[in-house]
Amino acid sequence: MIEVQDLTKSYGTVIAVDHVSFTVNKGEILGFLGPNGAGKTTTMRILTSYMPATSGTARVAGFDVFNNSMEVRRHIGYLPETPPVYPDMTVETYLDFVARIKNVPAERRADRVSDALRKTSLEDKRTELIKRLSRGYKQRVGLAQALVHDPDVIILDEPTVGLDPKQIIEVRNLIKALAGNHTIILSTHILPEVSMTCDRVVIINKGKIAAVDTPQNLTSQLKGGQKIRIEVQAPERGLRELLGQISGTSRLTVEAPRADGHLSATVEAAQGNDIRSQIAARVVEKGWPLYELHGVSLSLEEIFLELTTDDAAHAQPSN
Amino acid sequence: MQNLYAIYRKEMGHYFVSPVAYVFIGLFLFLSGLFFNVILTDVTNGAMMAEMRGMSSGIDVPGIVMRNFFGVLSTLILFLTPILTMGIYAEERKRGTMELLMTSPVTEIEIVLGKFLASLSLFAIMLLPTASYLTFMVLHSDPMLPWRMMLAGYAGVLLLGGSLLALGSFLSSLTENQLIAAVMTFAASLFIWVLDLGRNGSAGLGSVLQYLSVIRHYEDFTRGVIDTSSLIYYLSFIALFVFLTVRSVDSMRWRRA
Repeated sequence: MIEVQDLTKSYGTVIAVDHVSFTVNKGEILGFLGPNGAGKTTTMRILTSYMPATSGTARVAGFDVFNNSMEVRRHIGYLPETPPVYPDMTVETYLDFVARIKNVPAERRADRVSDALRKTSLEDKRTELIKRLSRGYKQRVGLAQALVHDPDVIILDEPTVGLDPKQIIEVRNLIKALAGNHTIILSTHILPEVSMTCDRVVIINKGKIAAVDTPQNLTSQLKGGQKIRIEVQAPERGLRELLGQISGTSRLTVEAPRADGHLSATVEAAQGNDIRSQIAARVVEKGWPLYELHGVSLSLEEIFLELTTDDAAHAQPSN
Repeated sequence: MQNLYAIYRKEMGHYFVSPVAYVFIGLFLFLSGLFFNVILTDVTNGAMMAEMRGMSSGIDVPGIVMRNFFGVLSTLILFLTPILTMGIYAEERKRGTMELLMTSPVTEIEIVLGKFLASLSLFAIMLLPTASYLTFMVLHSDPMLPWRMMLAGYAGVLLLGGSLLALGSFLSSLTENQLIAAVMTFAASLFIWVLDLGRNGSAGLGSVLQYLSVIRHYEDFTRGVIDTSSLIYYLSFIALFVFLTVRSVDSMRWRRA
């Protein structure tokens, strides 16, 4: 449904998207994961034929985004990061307007608007002015706008940003419900969001693709390292020694002792080797008071480090 | 064509749903009514005084009132069109709705023409009530003033207004800031207005500047004359700025962020 080949976009000397290639199959939800400024929005803007690429090609629903841009626009629903709504319009007139400029035939327009309102649970806000709606509702209006013409492809730029937890769950469920009939690309910088909604993930960093995989594979791959945090009242030397003795540990960091004499340390261990019990046993053996011992899930930044730095960096001796 | 209509309809809705149109029309009608009253009283008094002194009896009071009134209208337009056009693109860019329009199957020409025609329609709607003053005056003038005076005058106002609206739309497409758009439009309008001052300069550059002034051509219309060269001047002025706006809107795709 979407084929991207060697897509590159540069602004002067700044390269925003660097030879990106991927494909999305019909009915799939593809997650675009990356930190701010990674090139997610730029890629999406090229796919929606908002802006032209510097080089490379992208085809959406069989049409080239540059040479056949009008056809692409007919087949795409797009929700930019801020919902593109007119505050002075009511929800219904706004959706009617969007249906018009998306070339929905007059006889189908009313049905399509009602359908979009129903899918986004906006029926009771139909005659409300958009400026009177809360952030969450505006976001839903933005979603309704993206699907009012029943497009084959829906592109959502950070659809859950700025919503409260309940609204986030609602939007995620809505997106999942849309898959199958529509092919969806969504961008986010929140890792759990991807594993909850997407079939496949493209991790993008500094304009380049760092990984393409299913969320399951990606998470298990990333769980390759287990990270443990410990807080204990002990001499620093002793703690280092103790943790160093446990086999398969790496990247030990010890923070400066706090005023109350507590030491905090993090250590990484290889996969399938839960060293927490070993640590606990040895600490108790020494008679040090143990205050905290828990596994830390890797943050997005660490995943990027994991994916973008080569193995040589991993092998660096821990301090 | 359908797209153009959709954009036009949206723009008109925007004017009349928000207070924009009402404030704008209300202000304009208040000022134009006030000036019409002042001009009418002044000219009538002046004519009466002249007649009492037995100086002349053939003063064309309605004709003078009409010419002066159209003169005042042009000045009001100079101040009001920047307010009307300032948000036309600047606001859409700021709200991010330009991205919606530009990722929809709508061409830039349809967007620009739809918006231009909507602003021109609002402008015409605003002018319409003032025609009642002049109609009333024409009907009660003796000998009756020819209708073509009034019609030519309004044709001139529409062309002048259309030119300034096209200019203002273009300037609004260059920025996200409405205030900057308004100030630039006012400054640019004023500039092409006062090009007329070149009138006193001798031949050569002076006459070129004079030809380029928007107000110079307007004066013909207020005298009831529709000069083809003036008509062509205004229509090319509008076409030029509509074209530039299309290019400017298109260029948004190539800019960063």
